[in-house]
Amino acid sequence: MISTAIFGIQNSGVLAITALLTGVALVFLALWIAKMISPRSFNPQKGEAYECGIPTRGDSMAQFHIGYYLFAILFLMFDVETVFLFPWAVKMRELGVDGLLSIAVFFGVLVLGLVYAWRKGALEWK
Amino acid sequence: MTSGYIQAQFLDTTGVHTLLTETLHLAPWAAVTVECLLVGVGILLVYALLALFYIYYERKLCAAFQCRLGPNRVGPWGLLQSFADMFKMLIKEIIHLNHIDRFLFALAPYLVIIASVMAFAVLPWNDGVQIIDFNIGIFFLIAVSSIGVLGILLAGWSSNNKFTLIGSLRSGAQMVSYELSIGLSVITMVCLAGTMSVTGIVQEQSDLWFIFKGHVPALIAFVIYMIAGTAETNRGPFDLPEAESELTAGYHTEYSGMHFGFFYLAEYLNLFIVSGVASLLFLGGWQPLHIPSWDGFNMVMDYIPGFIWFLGKCFLLSYVIIWFKWTYPRLRIDQLLALEWKYLLPINLFNLVLMVLVIVFGLHF
Repeated sequence: MISTAIFGIQNSGVLAITALLTGVALVFLALWIAKMISPRSFNPQKGEAYECGIPTRGDSMAQFHIGYYLFAILFLMFDVETVFLFPWAVKMRELGVDGLLSIAVFFGVLVLGLVYAWRKGALEWK
Repeated sequence: MTSGYIQAQFLDTTGVHTLLTETLHLAPWAAVTVECLLVGVGILLVYALLALFYIYYERKLCAAFQCRLGPNRVGPWGLLQSFADMFKMLIKEIIHLNHIDRFLFALAPYLVIIASVMAFAVLPWNDGVQIIDFNIGIFFLIAVSSIGVLGILLAGWSSNNKFTLIGSLRSGAQMVSYELSIGLSVITMVCLAGTMSVTGIVQEQSDLWFIFKGHVPALIAFVIYMIAGTAETNRGPFDLPEAESELTAGYHTEYSGMHFGFFYLAEYLNLFIVSGVASLLFLGGWQPLHIPSWDGFNMVMDYIPGFIWFLGKCFLLSYVIIWFKWTYPRLRIDQLLALEWKYLLPINLFNLVLMVLVIVFGLHF
């Protein structure tokens, strides 16, 4: 494999942090420029929520449909389990039959979880 | 690597380091800082130019699908239209709202942009033309691109508006669900590649692209990836987080001027990232089209530079995703979740088993 050092930077972690700071800098600089050159006017109406013209009733940070919460929980379960599949996927050929058998058990539990959630009606949007 | 078609490295940048340390006598830390700055400026330029190009690309394509001309006044063939749009966005007032959670409201665009810039930096444009090259590259890419969901949820929640709240919740449920499909189809391809390094995955495809190499499961994974990728970018038939007829503009309703511009930029860049990942996983990234034992054909294909292959594949896949958008009607939230959890996820799990069988019995090419 070809070494892909950029300039003299050998460590990809440094480059990852550079990319992160680039993102921060992009937002910060663009907002700063926009604040510098954009016009400003003051009107009490402008600070209101953009809903339908009349003042908003009540707080909008309110309760919401329970279904979203349910899918978030399901996602958490599956996502954590797919994270465990990644290392096995890389080393699949080296681990051989032992690896296959153990991942089959793990995979079986994963599928059972999905079947359980399905039978319980967790996948229905009510 | 058994590849017979290794291309010359496109960019050799170690000369800059020698220049900084030996000719200018900078300390190593100072040299690295200057180099990091250069990298950052490079990312910014390419990122912004690509986003502007994508805005133009989508507007032209959308016009073509609707039998219109699209932007054609600003510059030749309307090429400067998106520059004009961005400049307009920059000089618009950023409105200060009364009832918002100020800290989270300001934080949300940062998260969205950071997610897309970091994912963007992982994509390989050519042999060695890549910013972040971890040995867990593709995993890192999935991890950082999921930060974007947080930004969208925060944007909707902190705006203190009913439309944005509903929009961000829909978006959260959708992106989180379809992330599973993306993760599983990536695992399927990682099984075939045997590595998570982005460079490694692309190198593995030097003789034949994975979509051809991987038999049926690679094809299924590709289709699932494209569907899930469309949903990840909140586009096409899956754009109900910003369903303009019911939620005004979804989670970014309350953002104005350049603040809104960041969501806009990130959305188009995510389109590029999704097509980029699809092209590197399935269509060989910057590898030219090679067919085993067609040596003359392979040599002709080698003359086309790698970044043209990569960008060509990206634009082609983006074309398909834009095509989805202008072809299918918008889904309802229950249909959307049923599609993921009752169809794509079981098919994907089955597909992973199929891929393992294909590899174990050596059925791939």
